[in-house]
Amino acid sequence: MTRRSIQRQASTGLPSPVEAWIDRYRHDGGLRRFVVYFAFALILATFSIILHDDGFLSSSNLLNIGRQAAPIAVMAVGMAFALAAGEIDLSVGSVVALSSLVAAEMVGNHGFLVGLLAALGASVLVGLVNGLITVKVRIPSFLVTLGMLGIISGIARNWNDLQSLPIRNDRFSGLFGAGGLGPVSSLLIWIIVVGGLGHIALHHLRWGRHVLSTGADRDAANAVGINTARVKISALVASATAAGFAGVLLAGRLSIGRHDLGEDYLLTVIAAVVIGGTNLFGGRASVIGAVTGALIMAMLNNGLILMGLEVADQRIARGVIIILAVALSMREAKES
Amino acid sequence: MSTTPALAAVGISKSFRAVQALKDVSIELHHGRVTALLGDNGAGKSTMVKCLAGIYQPDAGSIFVEGTEHRINSSRHARELGIETVHQALSVIDPLDVAENLFLNREKTRGGWLGERIGLLDKRRMREECAATLSGLDIRIPSLRRSVGSLSGGQRQAVAIGRAVAWGQKIVLLDEPAAALGVEQTQRVLDLIANMRDQGVAVLLITHNMDRVLAVCDQAIVLYQGRKCAEVDVPDVTKDDLVSFITGARGTG
Ligand SMILES: Nc1ncnc2c1ncn2[C@@H]1O[C@H](COP(=O)(O)OP(=O)(O)OP(=O)(O)O)[C@@H](O)[C@H]1O
Ligand SMILES: [Mg+2]
Repeated sequence: MTRRSIQRQASTGLPSPVEAWIDRYRHDGGLRRFVVYFAFALILATFSIILHDDGFLSSSNLLNIGRQAAPIAVMAVGMAFALAAGEIDLSVGSVVALSSLVAAEMVGNHGFLVGLLAALGASVLVGLVNGLITVKVRIPSFLVTLGMLGIISGIARNWNDLQSLPIRNDRFSGLFGAGGLGPVSSLLIWIIVVGGLGHIALHHLRWGRHVLSTGADRDAANAVGINTARVKISALVASATAAGFAGVLLAGRLSIGRHDLGEDYLLTVIAAVVIGGTNLFGGRASVIGAVTGALIMAMLNNGLILMGLEVADQRIARGVIIILAVALSMREAKES
Repeated sequence: MSTTPALAAVGISKSFRAVQALKDVSIELHHGRVTALLGDNGAGKSTMVKCLAGIYQPDAGSIFVEGTEHRINSSRHARELGIETVHQALSVIDPLDVAENLFLNREKTRGGWLGERIGLLDKRRMREECAATLSGLDIRIPSLRRSVGSLSGGQRQAVAIGRAVAWGQKIVLLDEPAAALGVEQTQRVLDLIANMRDQGVAVLLITHNMDRVLAVCDQAIVLYQGRKCAEVDVPDVTKDDLVSFITGARGTG
């Protein structure tokens, strides 16, 4: 096959797009790249059958799943860039809380735009500090961001003495969670917007290619003159910013800012990203996969609740599912 | 040679903790000439190339490009000065495809000024130019859209060489570029080197194969345990001479 395609290539210059696609498909992982989408369809079908009488497929329940998925999906998109660059961001959950509090603090007096920008600005700042310490002091990002997780969640707890801050701004709530376009929740629109932007950034912007290169082989990326330090910082900023926006979406939906928003999202987000086909150790990433992974996680969560599991049992089941799913997708990745 | 060397490194020393990889080594590369850098494993050849390519900073010595002294402090800087390198470790990015690798960090963008600012890639143009460049160099790769990680060792090497040749207008450093290549591909690389020489490029070639040295090189510099032990014009020496320099049996000082 290879020999033939070399000859064909030699005679015609470029192969036809279809040929090129088939060739790439056969050599670059093939069907394995679509595992996450099969898994999504399979879980959807299974729950539709076994949870039919519990209303799994009702439009209100599906909408509910979408709402649950939105912050996870947005964070997963950001995390995909951090992982692609060969780093990890464990501080994302605390950034969600910080961002919700900053938004709540600012929206009341200064309007929704200032609230949004302040929340995102605070998140960018956290990402910048994470990135600078990781790159300049050369501490592994899992340690830096773990420390940051402690610092930011401490700040969030002190912010208003563990009390939630109300947000009374219809525009903010409408735009970021409670409202929508006709029957479509704004949260679903945000999933599509953030997922679309992330996908374009990864595949069609110089930056995305540089992030991937840096995570795949830092020395090689350096050797062609890519400023890999800056790339790593920017990837951690992206992940923090996405987490900040997830915080805005949660604040919008619940109309509050609170210290514990996003608290136990971390594992779910990492699972969503890895299930979606992103390598935990850099160099391979899929934004659409990460979003699909987030939908899977939200679906599982919802299914477990509908099955009537106690909260404690839900936690156990979720932990088991996450480890299994990640183990499976990592095995797939190693083989390809 | 009376003309200004394209690249001159004078008195380069470099140590890694206890290991002194280079001791006071000087080399000159001239336009339109191919210089071989020879030496046994660990003699310091790759270290020299990395000093010239901006990856390592020498502990002592200076580097002149076209007669002007430069402190080459990054790979980007070296590339800006017209120094293109194929490192022993190739520096291709496995998950990217062939065209993306060829244009890595020199991407073509579309969408005018804004597209340039945000770096919106013109993938089609890069693929077309990549196809034209590689076929112009007679380098054959099954598909430009295939990730480089799925190519064979020799094909990956061909991509790395293609990139250096395509961009290397002035100075090209090749660290064992033909190590993984078959007979036919090796010949093609030697042709490419001869081609670059004819176009006035200054080429540095590291290889362990003496036949290749005799075939394309004009001049040879031999390192022995980090020191320059011989500098000869290739027409004046035999294979046996070169081997005895490399093994340290003999030197020209
Ligand atoms: N980054 C490094 N850290 C420590 N020591 C190094 C490093 N790079 C090279 N060395 C040492 O410097 C010496 C020269 O290495 P170099 O890679 O330049 O050899 P070489 O001539 O390219 O050999 P080969 O033919 O095997 O590629 C060796 O002793 C090597 O162990
Ligand atoms: Mg070497």
